[in-house]
Order: sequence, then C-alpha cells, then structure tokens
Amino acid sequence: MLWIDCPWCGARPESEFRYGGEAHIARPDPATTDDAGWGDYLFMRSNPKGVHAERWMHREGCRRWFNALRDTVSNDVLTIYPMGTPRPDAPGDEAEGG
Amino acid sequence: MAEAPAPRSPLAGLADALAGARADGVTLTDRSARARFNLRIDPKDVEALTAAGAILGGSLPRTPNTAATTVNGKILLWLGPDEWLVTGPAEEGAQLDDTLRGRLDGRHHALTDVSAMYATLALSGPRAREVLMKGCRLDLHPRAFKPNTCVQTALAKANVILHQTDDTPSYEITVRNSFSVYLATWLLDAMAEYRQG
Repeated sequence: MLWIDCPWCGARPESEFRYGGEAHIARPDPATTDDAGWGDYLFMRSNPKGVHAERWMHREGCRRWFNALRDTVSNDVLTIYPMGTPRPDAPGDEAEGG
Repeated sequence: MAEAPAPRSPLAGLADALAGARADGVTLTDRSARARFNLRIDPKDVEALTAAGAILGGSLPRTPNTAATTVNGKILLWLGPDEWLVTGPAEEGAQLDDTLRGRLDGRHHALTDVSAMYATLALSGPRAREVLMKGCRLDLHPRAFKPNTCVQTALAKANVILHQTDDTPSYEITVRNSFSVYLATWLLDAMAEYRQG
C-alpha cells in the first residue's frame, strides 16, 4: 500500500486517491496549432523511468487536486506541491537522470 | 405549494435491528434526523467567515481534519480548505438556512441544503474503536484520533465523514443515504462478536 501525503488531510492510503496523469501539460491554442501539435498535446506523455511529475486528487477525502513527484521505479512519492506551481527539484533528481 | 412529506430516516427499516443490537460495550443509533448544510466560503474572505461564524455561534474550523461544536449547538465539520458541513437539529433547519443565506447575501459563497442526502449513525462505547478498526485504514489510536477529529475516508469501502465526539469513544458516521443501510448492516455484523449471551 502506497501512502500519499495529502497537502490538507495528511498521510492517507493510495486507495483514497485518484490519479490524474502527467502534470504541467500546457494546452496549446487550437487556432494556431496544427494536427501534429494537437496530437502531441492529447496523447504524447513523457513516461519516464524515474522521477515523474503527476497530478493526484484526494477523492475520498477533501477532493482537492495537487501535484506530486513520484519515482516510477521505487514508487516513492518524493514531493507534494500545489497545482499551478512549477515543478520543483526532486531529491536525487540528477543522480537518476530525471 | 404542496406540503413537504415528513422526513423519514433511510434507516427506518433497520430500526428494530438497531434497537435489538445488544453488544457488550458498543451501541449503534440512528441520528439521521438532522439539518445539514454544505457551506463553501473563500477562506481569504475574512468578513464572510466572520459573518457565518456569528450566525453559527462559533468559528468555522480552519484546521484540517477537525470539527467544532458551537454555543448554538451546531456541529461544524471541516471538509476542505473552503468547505464545511454545518449540522444542527432538524427543526432549526429552515431558520438556519434563511439566516445564513440572508447574512451571506451578496458575498461569494455557496450554501446547499444536504439534510436529506446523508444518514448519520452514532457508534459509541469502549469497543467502538475496535469495531471501526475492522473497516477503516486510518490510525484510530487516541494519540492520533481524538475527540473533535473529523475525517473523510472509507469505512468498509463506503465513503464516510467520521467524527469522534467524545472520549468514550463515541463516533458519528455520516454517510450518503444510498450507502447507509449497507453500512449500518456492516456495523451490526462487526459488533456481533461483542454480543452478550
């Protein structure tokens, strides 16, 4: 069982949360974006082996969204940070090649 | 307008089972008859918070996972940084709705009557913690879960608002109507091993 630190409610079991996919994907302006760019926005994700910035929502608790850095190898949640803020440096980010 | 039908607890069908549950050291009662309001206010709007607090007889709790009981007998449950569940006696519901709405008029807020959306079960007695531990993943030990702790979590897979009201320990479990019969039945089963005789 993965425990995730909800920024409001504290440590809660993973099953209370909803995964929201990769974070920091900016929506391009559809008027000025070609099909390939729009396809990238919709479907292409970084899928790293290592530290991944992603969105989570505390579905069974306060129902608030937040961002997390999670290591996809060890499944450790490294950092929790608010929506709308830039991706912070993760501990050991460089060592693992990000 | 036609007169509203008299409210009926979603647990009415289980009244006999609840009354007959003679477990040693734990009781389960239906406290569904209650006025409940979901109140959302921007936590930065101090004036709106103060106005609501004046009506309710106490400040809305700002600390996550806490509840407050006011001098007016309202119970204020923290649901989120800008969201609370305000509960009070059923007969005060209409008046509370009017006064809160009047006082917050013109201010950015949302007040929703959710009285009929939830059922509330009271689980009380020295064994109550053990009963809850069978279906709740959170740490319910007194060092972590004290009176006036109020969390939203899953109890036996049902989403609940779990509020500890005293040291007995007593808990109030607020659950959606549609889950209430399932949850009450589950609790009765969880209490069965403590049954007398």
